Amino acid sequence: MNLMHFYPMTKQPIITVNNLVKNYGDFAAVKGISFEVYEGEIFGLLGPNGAGKTTTLEIIETLRDKTSGSIVVDGFDIETDADSIKKRIGVQLQAAGYYPNLNLSELIVLFSGLYGIDKTPMEMLEKVALTDKAKAKYKDLSGGQKQRFSIATTLINNPRIIFLDEPTTGLDPQARRNLWDLIREIRDQGTTVVITTHYMDEAEVLCDRVAFVDGGHIIGIDTPDHFIDELVASGFERKKQVKLANLEDVFINLTGKEWREG
Amino acid sequence: MNKQYSNTKATLAIARASFRSILRSPSAVVFTLAFPLIFIIVFANIGGGGMSIDVGLTKGSDTSANNPVYMALKKNKIMHLITDQSADEMSKNLAKGNIDAILDLKPFAPPAAMTVHVQYSQASGDKGSVLKSALNNIFYRIQSEELKRIQSYTTVKVPNLIDLKEETISGRPYKYIDFILPGQLGFSLLSSGVFGTAFVFLSLRLTLVIKRFFATPVKRYSIVLGEAIARLAFSLLGSLFIILVGHYMFGFTLIHGVTTVLNMLVLSAIGLIIFMGFGFTVSGIAKNESSVPPLSNIITLPQFLLSGTFFSITAFPSWLQYISKVLPLTHLNDAMRKVAFEGAGLGDVTHQLLILLAWFVGIYAVAVKTFKWE
Repeated sequence: MNLMHFYPMTKQPIITVNNLVKNYGDFAAVKGISFEVYEGEIFGLLGPNGAGKTTTLEIIETLRDKTSGSIVVDGFDIETDADSIKKRIGVQLQAAGYYPNLNLSELIVLFSGLYGIDKTPMEMLEKVALTDKAKAKYKDLSGGQKQRFSIATTLINNPRIIFLDEPTTGLDPQARRNLWDLIREIRDQGTTVVITTHYMDEAEVLCDRVAFVDGGHIIGIDTPDHFIDELVASGFERKKQVKLANLEDVFINLTGKEWREG
Repeated sequence: MNKQYSNTKATLAIARASFRSILRSPSAVVFTLAFPLIFIIVFANIGGGGMSIDVGLTKGSDTSANNPVYMALKKNKIMHLITDQSADEMSKNLAKGNIDAILDLKPFAPPAAMTVHVQYSQASGDKGSVLKSALNNIFYRIQSEELKRIQSYTTVKVPNLIDLKEETISGRPYKYIDFILPGQLGFSLLSSGVFGTAFVFLSLRLTLVIKRFFATPVKRYSIVLGEAIARLAFSLLGSLFIILVGHYMFGFTLIHGVTTVLNMLVLSAIGLIIFMGFGFTVSGIAKNESSVPPLSNIITLPQFLLSGTFFSITAFPSWLQYISKVLPLTHLNDAMRKVAFEGAGLGDVTHQLLILLAWFVGIYAVAVKTFKWE
């Protein structure tokens, strides 16, 4: 599906990570990572748990100090211009909560204040189809709604880039597909998306390019198609013949495409 | 994006959010308003009557209107005369201290001496001696009257050895509410400052709310300041509410009216800011939510008991008073009572304010060291 998306001819890097190292005491979490994220793409960071994905992401998001290396985000150096970067990015954290006892509208108002931007709650909730939940508390939302609300808070400052850390973990198939549509929509409106995920099917259909991270290193970076073609060209074959549909397709077919709240 | 980022706007956004959140948190409302009010209602009612002495009168006692001892005791507001118990019941109650004395009054028939038989009880403490002096007073008056009557028949002057002149100056009655309310105000500020602050910052830290904030351009001081403004606003409204309820429902004395209220609110703010320092420290030390209450109790309970919240610290033995005099709540309560009842201005309580200032410097030095953002 993503092949239909117009891919910019001039690949303008919006994030440049150069030889990034992060040590926690004796433990090296990130061991000299370099990559570029192009403007307007959905970029996936893939890898097993503990590979250093979240650490890398949080350093780019200015939430964590690096040990060495350099990072430039939208023309600003992470070391000297963290404040300018914060104004240009939207961040969704893995497992982050929201201010207690407030409803969604009030949380949007709070974040608008934090970003110093005047946005009405309805305007933001509309983008993620949550206007009917304006008076609900975050903790009472379903998994998919929670993720959509988190994404709404990342969009308040009209960011150039948003970072989504495992946004679809724990969601049912409908909610997951719905979130993909939302993420594509955001990309199509010109916002660069950096995403981490454990689901390869997701990365395959959603990401324009992916980087594989393992043991603190980047071990490959390319478009999903190119990776697959390369593997097939090397003589790889699946043990089981692939059918024209998979079990998730069956699930969606049986339970319907419209997605569930609950 | 080109607009200048406003830290004030961000601070106020946090303050507004936090204030809403506090209003909707049952524990904050219970600690700040309900508990102090319940204590005030309870103590205002049990503390109001002052001393009362229960005196049992034996069945055979003369309770006629021409018995001057009986009439004098009946007029005395402190004396509570009991006539409806059997002799057996009375002596049992006397032994337990439920009755402070038993009186047997024989008829008054001068010139024969009237027999008054009194039984005191060791179980009832000082009350026996109060009755004793009241009785002596009554006997003295009866004797003097008799003496006066005799004097009218004779020219021999009996000199007065003591010329007793008694007067009561008019003053403000010091009601128990005047004592208990400032103490409850202090307690409310202490629990809101310590428990509230500790819980909020710990949970914001553990649920990564603060981390998410850090991904926005907001400054750290805005987060602390915003939270502080919200808590201050909430607690001052709470204090005002307690003062007004105390004043209009229980007759709490406000000497200079509005000025006194304003002075009390300034003191409340000072107290809360210091107690919040303890809260920041607890939130930094606590590993999880369940370690907040024990840590907070270590700070609040001793002050609750030793800082003159319910009774004056002068009731303590002197070694305990030394401890009391170190605690910040003692000085806040002290200043509060001086301002409310004696009509002192803030300039008259500089001694207390200086001790509070020392606490402020000390606790914030510790808080800065222990506070954790992540």
